[in-house]
Amino acid sequence: MISRRDFLQATVAASAILGGSGVGAWAQIAARQQLTQDQLLEFDTFGNVTLIHVTDIHGQLKPVWFREPEVNIGVGEVRGLPPHVTGADFLKLYNIEPGTPEAYALSYEDFTALAKGYGKMGGLDRVATVVKSIRAARPDALLLDGGDTWHGSYTVMKTGAQDMVDAMNMLRPDAMTSHWEFTLGIDRVTEIVDSLPFPFLGANIFDAEWDEPAYQPYEMFERGGAKVAVIGQAFPYLPIANPRWMFPDLSFGVREERMAEMVQEVRDAGADLVVVLSHNGFDVDRKMAAQVPGIDVILTGHTHDALPEPVMVGQTLLIASGSNGKFVSRLDLDVQNGQLLGFRHKLIPIFSDVIEPDGEMAAHIDATRAPFKAELEEVIGQTDTTLYRRGNFNGTWDDLICNALIEEREADIALSPGFRWGPSLVEGSAITREDIYNATAMSYPNAYRNEMTGEQLKVILEDVADNLFNPDPYYQQGGDMVRVGGMGYRIDVTKPQGERLSDMTVLATGEAVDPAKTYVVAGWASVNEGTEGPAIFDLVEGWIRRKGTVSVDPNTSVQVEGA
Amino acid sequence: MTFTRREALVLGAGGLATITLAPAAMAAAFEDAIAAFTGGAAAGEGGIEISAPEIAENGNVVPVEVSAPGAEEIVVFAPGNPAPAVCNVKFGPLAGSQRLSTRIRLAKTQDVTALARMGDGSFVQVARTVKVTVGGCGG
Repeated sequence: MISRRDFLQATVAASAILGGSGVGAWAQIAARQQLTQDQLLEFDTFGNVTLIHVTDIHGQLKPVWFREPEVNIGVGEVRGLPPHVTGADFLKLYNIEPGTPEAYALSYEDFTALAKGYGKMGGLDRVATVVKSIRAARPDALLLDGGDTWHGSYTVMKTGAQDMVDAMNMLRPDAMTSHWEFTLGIDRVTEIVDSLPFPFLGANIFDAEWDEPAYQPYEMFERGGAKVAVIGQAFPYLPIANPRWMFPDLSFGVREERMAEMVQEVRDAGADLVVVLSHNGFDVDRKMAAQVPGIDVILTGHTHDALPEPVMVGQTLLIASGSNGKFVSRLDLDVQNGQLLGFRHKLIPIFSDVIEPDGEMAAHIDATRAPFKAELEEVIGQTDTTLYRRGNFNGTWDDLICNALIEEREADIALSPGFRWGPSLVEGSAITREDIYNATAMSYPNAYRNEMTGEQLKVILEDVADNLFNPDPYYQQGGDMVRVGGMGYRIDVTKPQGERLSDMTVLATGEAVDPAKTYVVAGWASVNEGTEGPAIFDLVEGWIRRKGTVSVDPNTSVQVEGA
Repeated sequence: MTFTRREALVLGAGGLATITLAPAAMAAAFEDAIAAFTGGAAAGEGGIEISAPEIAENGNVVPVEVSAPGAEEIVVFAPGNPAPAVCNVKFGPLAGSQRLSTRIRLAKTQDVTALARMGDGSFVQVARTVKVTVGGCGG
């Protein structure tokens, strides 16, 4: 089943960088030769502590295609800084040759062609192989899961995420933090958390009524003669970005002062190394690293960035490990007497055709999926267009969803939320039910049909734009812009809230959106309780089934300025 | 009878908006309230801290905490609310700390502002932007 294709050489980030003074060049081996598992896993074990980081797996047990973003704008102080570098600029920044496996794994350039050559990435059975290999070299390596694990697939929905819980438990993580987990509803979260053989950390999760800590903030580990503190930081804006009624008694927030207190507390308790396992999003972590002294490593998550080198903020290392099981980060550290003396890092790309699946995990995944095999694999249609989601303003998956919403719900305008999860599908592929769920599976899926005035639409779009483009990262929520079907607009990302959008236009008529006029708007994933309408996955399935073969036209309806 | 410029502004704005106060009127009411507290003295920075969420989870109950060691009186304003004055707390000589914590309703995104009158009669001021958002698209 697995063909050993001819690969170009690719050890993504064989970086050996010592000393906290800066990040060296990314070792680039240009020689053309076959890519092997040994090369992907090659690593000279270093120092006395090893961290393994996975994050934002979003329920993906099996290998997937995942196209990295073409548009990922940074505003304010982070404009043009990683991860806000894409495509050819990204390849240039990290010295990556176009067309190589690294280019395929880390950027969107030539994605469709390279995807056909290099195949899918990820798969928890391949991740298991990597984790076992690292543990063979460093038996007490810490495996840390940044969250968004119990969400995002057909089998997660059918099993209440037990599929992910069981598979992750086999990997034996040492701690995790969270975001979408809470959209299972607080009762199910509590049930799972009580069953976990490792701590579920969230220093910034509080009881909403009494403002008291609701979850364990950190865990101390003894590794390689060093005391390692791992502080968990859940997604700060859960009650705003996701339905608050699903976990009504919890409050989150960035809570920078709380993080500073926890760092002090673990330092006072003798921590030699302070690691933050974070679901803040990269820019929020970058600011927090600058604001809160004493953090050695932040394992970032939420914004789905994959960076081949750590980003240094002062003496703090920021690690970005991608999403959907596509990468595993390994970070070896030399920790002596409360000092981080050096590190060695590698972002390991999980090329599913190169890394051998772990037999035990593969068998477990197959058994988990077996009861749902027929439903998962049912072919609903075909796609002539590569379907992907990532990008600040639009992606073909959401264009498709908006087209389906407009037709199925007889709407003038469609809104699809700016989620960053959801794998890609290469042109010419069959679309299975599993593929549709991978792009839409969630616990508040109702596709509403509402009337909104042009003014209300503007307010919503301005609000979402400010969640993305507010120059202060602490006010950013880490999603992308809400995707719009049936309407075009112009946006200046440098303007303040209320002034970013202009030229809102109804595409069907070419007329300007009238603030006073009422439009029929269809959308999904409303955070309001009691939202009515068919589930988005059913709606999209019905639409694709009727179309047979789908294709999505290039989207030119959003004009961006100030990027 | 003569109007000050500020009173004229308030009246003018009041004539335009009968249900909600126009922004100019709210700003004026806020400035007046600050002036009334400080007696027109300029408020300095430092020595006062305000803690509030960057983005309100629920605009109806936003937790706000203000601390100003050595203060005799702390006032809190929500300048974007129809009635900006939130609370006025006096600390006696036996108070163990000069810190208040409450929950306030915010009509919209605004700079929640606190002032303290210190033991020496000086004033300090601090503000924090709290966003009130429609929410719903974090991913």
